[in-house]
Amino acid sequence: MQAFTTLNGLVCPLDRANVDTDAIIPKQFLKSIKRSGFGPNLFDEWRYLDHGEPGMDNSVRPLNPEFVLNFPRYKGAQVLLARENFGCGSSREHAPWALEDYGFRAVIAPSFADIFFNNCYKNGVLPIVLPAEVVDKLFAATAGNEGYKLMIDLAAQTVSTPDGQSYAFDITEHRKHCMLNGLDEIGLTLAHADKIKAFEDQRRQQQPWLFA
Amino acid sequence: MTAQTLYDKLWQSHVVHQESDGTALLYIDRHLIHEVTSPQAFEGLKLAGRKPWRISSIVATADHNTPTTDWDKGILDPVSKQQVDTLDANIREVGSLAYFPFKDKGQGIVHVVGPEQGATLPGMTVVCGDSHTSTHGAFACLAHGIGTSEVEHVLATQTLVAKKSKAMLVKVEGELPVGVTAKDIALAVIGKIGTAGGTGYAIEFGGSAIRSLSMEGRMTLCNMAIEAGARAGMVAVDEKTIDYVKGRPFAPKADQFEAAAAYWRTLVSDEGAVFDEVVELDAAAIVPQVTWGTSPEMVVGIDAAVPNPAAESNSVKRGSIERALSYMGLAADTPISDIPLDIVFIGSCTNSRIEDLREAAAIAKGYKKANSVKAVLVVPGSGLVKAQAESEGLHKVFIEAGFEWREPGCSMCLAMNADRLNPGERCASTSNRNFEGRQGQGGRTHLVSPAMAAAAAIKGHFVDVRDWQFNA
Ligand code: SF4
Repeated sequence: MQAFTTLNGLVCPLDRANVDTDAIIPKQFLKSIKRSGFGPNLFDEWRYLDHGEPGMDNSVRPLNPEFVLNFPRYKGAQVLLARENFGCGSSREHAPWALEDYGFRAVIAPSFADIFFNNCYKNGVLPIVLPAEVVDKLFAATAGNEGYKLMIDLAAQTVSTPDGQSYAFDITEHRKHCMLNGLDEIGLTLAHADKIKAFEDQRRQQQPWLFA
Repeated sequence: MTAQTLYDKLWQSHVVHQESDGTALLYIDRHLIHEVTSPQAFEGLKLAGRKPWRISSIVATADHNTPTTDWDKGILDPVSKQQVDTLDANIREVGSLAYFPFKDKGQGIVHVVGPEQGATLPGMTVVCGDSHTSTHGAFACLAHGIGTSEVEHVLATQTLVAKKSKAMLVKVEGELPVGVTAKDIALAVIGKIGTAGGTGYAIEFGGSAIRSLSMEGRMTLCNMAIEAGARAGMVAVDEKTIDYVKGRPFAPKADQFEAAAAYWRTLVSDEGAVFDEVVELDAAAIVPQVTWGTSPEMVVGIDAAVPNPAAESNSVKRGSIERALSYMGLAADTPISDIPLDIVFIGSCTNSRIEDLREAAAIAKGYKKANSVKAVLVVPGSGLVKAQAESEGLHKVFIEAGFEWREPGCSMCLAMNADRLNPGERCASTSNRNFEGRQGQGGRTHLVSPAMAAAAAIKGHFVDVRDWQFNA
């Protein structure tokens, strides 16, 4: 996993509530058995005017000029600004894979759906919860200033605006540690292999029917 | 000892290790696997040179991509076929407790298969790379959906890194009116608390109306907990739970069953246990529910009308309503019972169990589908459900009514196989998600119960099943 330390990234605003993972990456792209290559199909149904299928040459498909990702001013955006309950619906990890593959390293929203929120951390995409009023302000600032960037500092747990405002966000120590260092969580867990084994043995004795 | 919630008990009994920030390693008893979210996990495992920790925890089946007609032709879409073949190869290589491949008589939707095989047992932690894993909470399991990285993590370590959620009690007291089902409770709860209302919570469903539900009904309800934003839903153990489990292929056998059942009976919230949030509903006041928009919280009773955005003062919400109405091709204030349907889908892990099919068949009996309805798909949740329905003659009722009796699978719930809506087509669906494009690009989904779906198929528009004239 890519480590995340600081990011001074261009912001792209997606002004819709309850954006679900079916919208982030439609199901026809879930048939892939790979982890990469989902970026061109991020928000496929909103982004293109035709119907997307795996294997198409996305570079020649007609773009929807009204969809924000296609605005020239948001080209190269690394921070997605979103509304509440972002990432609801299906557990597909293809959603953060697509965001990451497109180039987004952070998503800021007033709230996220649980599974999506978790999946982001496993893929070096930082989901940041900020209060709804702050998110409102950031939407206004992004709309009003072309090239608007936000500075995200994971170690300090802050999001800073170009005019010097700084907002703190929460993250558990465990996740922060993994993100900052780009750590493989399985390796960390396996350091507790003896404990897992002991727990399992005890469970096998107490509830043998679980191990039939 | 302080009184504990069911969630406290399930959580505590699975903590292997806990960090100072509350991050815990939870032991996983059952790992359900399907073809869509597992290939990258198996690949990751292999690349890292790791082996699965405990293969006897694995139960696998192919469901999302499998066709529901012409099984003799196999899977025609090469990309779908590759995914199903990859699952085959992976399971063959690593092994499992049970595997129900494409065309096996036990094959079906993973959340239907687990319980009916007795592979879902009370008190277990159950995970699957699928958000509707919450279904298994009906058996007092701590069950939730995980991402593919977590699938790999569980394969490699038999644990999940998790943080304890808050506990919510959704208490439904009283008696449900005739024709009102678990699906209507689920939609009514989501209508009340919203699709993010349960975010950060594990929901326990309790109260007399929940205790009156069959296990199938409880599964429907827990299935939809994720649509309320909760990662897990659960119902306490009672004798119905134990009776349901008894005798199933992977349930404990005679000598162990009583010991198991004695433990299972402790899986209830203690008297006086404190929840972080309590939501109460009156069962008698719930009417059959129909969603009108593109999120499950956009729901009203059959006796209501499509909302008018002009009445919404919050601008973000008003925008969502306007966008949803435009996508759904609906005018504000249209009575729900005036909405005509093109397609009806009875299936999915929410409503494809035997009881759901019985409810739909009871409505359809002696009727024909409306001419204006192009197709009615009835897709049983598994091969076993299909066989059971056929032994009861339900398939004949459907076929006589002009419905299509299909092979089991996820089908038009998410339209990864050939079953999908065309742009603009309107569908009454017993599934769980009405998101834009969910059942096919441009398709319009209205979520309802099996009885409401069957009635809509007969009449060509939504009707109130509380007034249905049943044929004997
Ligand atoms: S039936 Fe639908 S919701 Fe259930 S597992 Fe299949 S695709 Fe997911």
